[in-house]
Amino acid sequence: MADAPLFSFEHVSVDGAQRPRLQDVSVVLPRSGITAIAGPSGAGKSTLLRCCNRLEAPSQGVVRYRGEDVAARDPLQHRREVGMVFQQPVVFPGTVADNLRVADPQAGPERLEELLRRAALDPAVYLERDASTLSGGEAQRACLARTLATDPKVVLADEPTSALDETATAELERLMRSLADEGVPVLLVTHNEPQLQRLADHVIRLDEGHLASTSEQRRG
Amino acid sequence: MGEGTITVAGLVLSLSLVAVAIGISLREHLRLERDMVVAVVRALVQLLIVGAALELIVKPSTPLIWSWLWVAGIVVFSAVTVRRRAPQLPGVFGIALTANATTAIVGLGLTFGLGIFAVNGRTVVPVAGMVVGNSLKSCVVVVQMLASLIADRRPDIEARLALGLRGTDAARPIVRQALRLAINPQIENTKALGIVFLPGAMTGLILAGVKPVDAVLVQLALMYIILGAVVVTTAMTALVGTKRLFTSDERLVTLVRSREDE
Repeated sequence: MADAPLFSFEHVSVDGAQRPRLQDVSVVLPRSGITAIAGPSGAGKSTLLRCCNRLEAPSQGVVRYRGEDVAARDPLQHRREVGMVFQQPVVFPGTVADNLRVADPQAGPERLEELLRRAALDPAVYLERDASTLSGGEAQRACLARTLATDPKVVLADEPTSALDETATAELERLMRSLADEGVPVLLVTHNEPQLQRLADHVIRLDEGHLASTSEQRRG
Repeated sequence: MGEGTITVAGLVLSLSLVAVAIGISLREHLRLERDMVVAVVRALVQLLIVGAALELIVKPSTPLIWSWLWVAGIVVFSAVTVRRRAPQLPGVFGIALTANATTAIVGLGLTFGLGIFAVNGRTVVPVAGMVVGNSLKSCVVVVQMLASLIADRRPDIEARLALGLRGTDAARPIVRQALRLAINPQIENTKALGIVFLPGAMTGLILAGVKPVDAVLVQLALMYIILGAVVVTTAMTALVGTKRLFTSDERLVTLVRSREDE
């Protein structure tokens, strides 16, 4: 399985209330860099991403992770390996340290500080801060740190900058790029075309639940 | 006319407070007046039927099996009520049925096993009614809270699932909140015992000529049994109910919001 793609979707469909959210999608997601999943609202981008960490299950077809059928993997282990950052940052009650310990209950002070530094948050300022007082950008970075606490081999990011201002967006984009450069591939759902141009190495476009196109991209 | 009886005129007069309540509902546009009228009429019809049936049940010549069948009916009706309040929770009827049946068995077992009352037609149904009735209130609150909190806080639960937590662990903060809200009123009731209100069993025993201290001891034992029953039934319903909210691969099922939540 060493050469297997990161994820491969084989004739995947996901039912929805009114219409299918994904319809017979077959696509391969490469093993490195940042792969943008783009398309208009309702195209099925988030559904495709959620199939990657089993928050959704296909009604038809198979999703493979490094060649292995995702449905055959232990869902808890799989989700720790395939971390996810959501569109709206969800911080749990308590301090930022409490939040990190939800993902890694054994984490000591050094580990917690390292996680915050990876998310560009100064531990001296943020570790004991009440998470509910963080700004949108800080909260999203704290959520990224929490995701990194499970040592994921892939990070899924579902429009993580859509609620952030320009500065916070730039900071998060820089973090996603450094993750990809460290060898942790990022799957980024976005409908922000300039962001896609800035960040993506590979682009998958969806439209109304169908695969529209795949392409490689040289970043400018 | 002796103590413990009331004339029809007296009954009608007792409705005067309900009339005031309906007046408030109309004035404040609460739209509860119809429900109040239905509740009053239903209570009248139900209690008249129950009164007539109890007349038969308490006769010494009536076999005790009829009392136990009545208890079974109470348990089933409670489960039906719980399901009606939160139909969107998967398997809620079976869970509430099992929890209520367990509570009724344990509650009645303790009441009769400790010799608080003798097992006979006069005691089985009223004691079961107290135990299951109190549990029902908390059960209804817990399933309604669960359904509404799970729907509202889906992102919170999914964020925890995405970190590799089991569904039941991901939902634990929500289950705790729902349980606290459901159980607290019963704890407050128990705390206020004797200060704010004098409970029914004790009052009844004193009116029937039992020494007040003996009546108090009986009431205390009953209240402890009821408090335990409420906590056990509510916790069982919430904890088992939460498991059903997740698929075998730890995904949160989609709950359709009930109209009452909106």
